[in-house]
Order: sequence, then C-alpha cells, then structure tokens
Amino acid sequence: MKVPETLRYTETHEWVRAEPDGTLAVGITDFAQDNLGELVYVETPDAGRSLKGGESCAVVESVKAAADVYAPVAGEVVARNAALADAPSEVNKDCYGAWLFKIRPAAGVKLDALMDAAAYRKAFGIA
Amino acid sequence: MAEWVRDYYRCMRRTPLFDAHRAAGARMVEFAGWEMPLHYGSQIEEHHAVRRAAGVFDISHMLAADVAGAEAKAFLRRALANDVERLKAPGKALYSCLLAEDGGVLDDLIVYFVEPGRYRMVLNAATAQADLAWLGGLAPAGVRLAPRPDLAMLAVQGPRAREKFWDALPEFRAASEELASFCSIERNESFIARTGYTGEDGFELMLPARDAPGAWRRLCAAGIGPCGLGARDTLRLEAGMNLYGADMDAAVTPFESGLAWTVSLEGERDFVGRAALERRSTARQRLGLVLEERAGVLRAHQEVRTERGEGVITSGSFAPTLNASIALARLPAACAPGERVEVAVRGKRLAARLVRPPFVRHGKILV
Repeated sequence: MKVPETLRYTETHEWVRAEPDGTLAVGITDFAQDNLGELVYVETPDAGRSLKGGESCAVVESVKAAADVYAPVAGEVVARNAALADAPSEVNKDCYGAWLFKIRPAAGVKLDALMDAAAYRKAFGIA
Repeated sequence: MAEWVRDYYRCMRRTPLFDAHRAAGARMVEFAGWEMPLHYGSQIEEHHAVRRAAGVFDISHMLAADVAGAEAKAFLRRALANDVERLKAPGKALYSCLLAEDGGVLDDLIVYFVEPGRYRMVLNAATAQADLAWLGGLAPAGVRLAPRPDLAMLAVQGPRAREKFWDALPEFRAASEELASFCSIERNESFIARTGYTGEDGFELMLPARDAPGAWRRLCAAGIGPCGLGARDTLRLEAGMNLYGADMDAAVTPFESGLAWTVSLEGERDFVGRAALERRSTARQRLGLVLEERAGVLRAHQEVRTERGEGVITSGSFAPTLNASIALARLPAACAPGERVEVAVRGKRLAARLVRPPFVRHGKILV
C-alpha cells in the first residue's frame, strides 16, 4: 500500500498535495481505492464552490459501494479533474496522479494540521 | 489487523479451494458465513471474460442435498412451488421456490432428477440449514434427506466454457458432450449439469472435495480465468436472475418477485404455500431499471418514484456489459416496461427507464 512521504492525509482517506501555484490538489488514497475496488463513477465539485473544512464535496462509486469525499481544509474549488467522468478507473490505476479537484485554501489554513505519511500509516495500520 | 477481526475470520468456513484462491491473489470477503473470493484483481475484467470467453467460479459454499426414497417425488411435489412431475427424463433440472405456508419465499433452488426415487437439490449458502430443517419437518418417513457437504462445486461459464472445460478435464467429455441445456449427468462420484447463474452457456460441476483443487488447477491452466463473487453478482444481475435475500425473501411471494413462471398451478397439486398464493393479492411486481444518465449507481434500498406509486430497488449495480447502471426493483403492479421513473440516489433524483429483464443473455444486450 503506497503512502507517499510528500503528501498530507486526512482521517477520511483523502490525500493533499501543495501545488507550486499555492493551490491544493486533493485525491483519495491507495488505502481508499483498494478498499472500494474498481471505480465506475466519480463526481467532482464545480469550480468556484466555497468549501468548509470536512464538508462532503465529491463522490466516488465503485461496483461495490458509494463513498463521499470531504474537503481536507476550507477553501474555494479552482479546478475539477473532468477527465475522470469518462475514466473513473484512472483513480484505481494511479490514485496519487488522478487528483479529483483543486482548492485555493482559505486564509489561515495550515497543512501541518493534517497527518503526514507516518501518522496516516500508523492510524490505519498500513505497513 | 485487530485481534477480533482475526478471530472473526478464523470462525468463517472455507471451501476446499481456499488455498488456491489465496495463491491466485484473491481478495477474500465474508459471504453467508464463508470466506469467499470477491475478485482476483479486477471483477470487471472477470465479468467480461465470462461474457466473451469463459471463467470459473468456486460455488462450494452452496449446499447440495440429496432426496431419496420411493416417496421422494411425492414429497417434492408437496414441498416445492414448481412441479417435479415436469421432470420426465432422468437428468432434467428444474428451478423452483421453496415457500412458507403464507406463500413467502424461503429459498430458491435447482432440483435435478437423478433417477427414479432420487433427486438432488442445490441450496443457497445462507439458507441451507434452515431449508434442511424445514424440509425435514415436511418429509414423510421413508424419504431420506442427505446434505452433501463432501461435494465441492465449480461453475464454468461463458460462450467458450464447454470446449475449454473439455480441454481441461477430458475425462468428463464423453459424459457431457450431448448434455442439453438444463440437463445433468452423474459420472462416478461427480455430477455435471448444464446450468448456471450468469446468462451464459456452461457447466456446473460437483465433485468430491479432495478432487476440487486438481480440477480447479487444470481449468485455470486451460485458460479459464478464476472469477469471484463480485463478477458473479453483476453477471446474474444482467441476466435478470434474482438473488435470494435481496430480490426476494420470506416477506414476498414468487408473483411479486418475477417468478410466476416457476409456480406450477396446474391441476390440484397441494404444495406448501399454494392456498396462500391463491388468496394473496399481488399489488407489486418485479421489473428492471436502466439508469438513463451517468450520474451515479443504482443500489439496493433506493426509492423509485413512478406515476403509479412508489417502489424500491432490491439489487442494483454497475453493469459492465451495458456500461451503465441497472437494477431489479419491486414496483406497483400497474407499471409497465418503457415507462420513465425517478430514483433517489444520494439526495438527487435520477431518470431511469423500466425494462423487462433479462438485460443481457448469451452476450447480447436485450434492453
């Protein structure tokens, strides 16, 4: 199970990557995609939507189950990965490449408040 | 893994193919008290393999039970909603519901007419023990009811299943080459039936548990890929076949579950549940749904809104052959195929179309 060192993580299995332009890319972790199984539907939020931290804002559905995706921090959606609508299995193939949406974090948001790779591994018993 | 999780898994039952599943990289899940393969990497690829060529399933969690004795036929004519009198030639198979006195469905099963005075049933894993207790209570002295947990069961399914099955297990070729659809044959300690739960051609093979790993290995070596319960579920859903416990249970009758064709009301035969079935009204029916927009996945328990009242999805999923989401639903009896309905999916109302199952048969999309 991959948990890249360079990313931050939530208890609800999102990963967060700080982009050079100051935005945050958000996706679901290897642990999440592995448990869900093959995705057949992905719904991402509209650009411009304002999100509270922890707010449900996207959906991933596999053959087995539907799962909500939550905003890791407060901010505004600046982009969605529209390509996933026709190719949801990209998330299974490359969950850390296939980001779902990007947000511009609200003032005062600190990424340090999220788990680092070691903490995420420990929290979910990932070897 | 937490200690209680390990304990839980330890108390689950395993089929004779458990080690083979693990070696093949299966993701194992609990199903009706059994630890079974969900998939071996990709349940969607396994689904396509069965529609396009062939796949093999371990279905040893299901229970074979033999019914024998001079009164066996009379007993089954009383116990089952379908009529074993229809089985004229030895080997013929019949699909039937097992009903409670109130007409509710206790289980669905296949019964094979092995020879005069001897039948074999295949029961669902979750209901097998209750079925045996129920049948035992109905059986007159002289009818022997023998569960066969000593038998493993494999299903080889797909348009190329039979030829590949013969390549892998040539010792069964002579016995099964002439086997017609819905017929079976006993060969030594093994039993081959041209039946299945996928909407494709193929065989179901019962054999002594000790022989199962070898047969499994040879089938896989012949290019028949292993398939898990995940693909089994999407294949049967596309084929419009009910899943017991989801699409029907003791609270509904066969008439409300799309199974009127399996209830034989000819003549005066007094089978368990008949009086209640003839009395009970049938306000609901089973129909299929195809989701018209790509905006989610239909799933069990979602509400269906129709012009003729409310209904509910009993099982739904993504259908790989249709590349769309489909479902079976219990709906008002006045609904008809072709009508548009709305389904509540995660707080949204999505448009779906009513169809008469099956959705797919022998690789062809029918809706």
